[in-house]
Amino acid sequence: MEIDIRGPRFGAALTLAVLAIAFFTGSVWVLALQTVVFALGASRGPHRSPYGIFFAKVVKPRISPTKEREDSRAPQFAQAVGLVFCLVGLVGGFSGIAPLFYVATGFALAASFLNAIFGLCLGCEMYLIIKRFSRTKETVGA
Amino acid sequence: MGAWGLGLLLAASLVFGFVYRAKRGRVHPAKSLPRDRAASALDLSPLTVELGSRGSFIQFSSAFCTPCRATRLLLEGVAAANPGFIHHDIDAEAHLELVRRLHILSTPTTIILDRNGVEVGRASGAPKRDDIERVVASLR
Repeated sequence: MEIDIRGPRFGAALTLAVLAIAFFTGSVWVLALQTVVFALGASRGPHRSPYGIFFAKVVKPRISPTKEREDSRAPQFAQAVGLVFCLVGLVGGFSGIAPLFYVATGFALAASFLNAIFGLCLGCEMYLIIKRFSRTKETVGA
Repeated sequence: MGAWGLGLLLAASLVFGFVYRAKRGRVHPAKSLPRDRAASALDLSPLTVELGSRGSFIQFSSAFCTPCRATRLLLEGVAAANPGFIHHDIDAEAHLELVRRLHILSTPTTIILDRNGVEVGRASGAPKRDDIERVVASLR
């Protein structure tokens, strides 16, 4: 499905704010909140995650329309990557391994920062690298 | 971790972002040009691609990569405006063996071949137009 490219970027800005609070306060529960948002975005698509719905209902009607669209599967994949980092952070937080909490949360935080500020989707960039590990039958022809 | 940790992390991310944005899309020239050009054409098997009489753009894309579209538009435009150039868009996911062999890590990656099929440069990320124009001007 084609979505407004500004939606995922807006979501990244909210993610950045939530993860910054989690990182700053060391709160496992704030990280858990973001984990739920990532889980919804990864399973339903970024436009149907809480941040995506907020963008569509509140932000989009107030900003000028754009023709710039992207396939929602790219940010959806990135949400799944974010989910993995958050889950690792939660394991660290709940088991009392503080470095694991901070490193995992830190990576997710840095990725959301790069997406919000530079429009750079690191999760999307990881797609082919992850695919490269899979064994797939070669097909002939472009 | 507190304020220092957070500040440090954001500062590092900012630096990374600027460096990444500056490097992404630049055309990097192939390391060394082999003496016998015809003999060292880039092995694209199992694909057989038609080569342009001046050069070819071999773009590797994935189905839902956002910058792949901009890359396709740019390279199609450059190929249309410069006779002797051909643009091929290849689905990276369908040719993972080739992708591994050519050390392609992300989409879009564009490999530029000369008329003999020898790699002269490559860019990962949507290529910068100036870089592409420069390579086009250098290929006869």
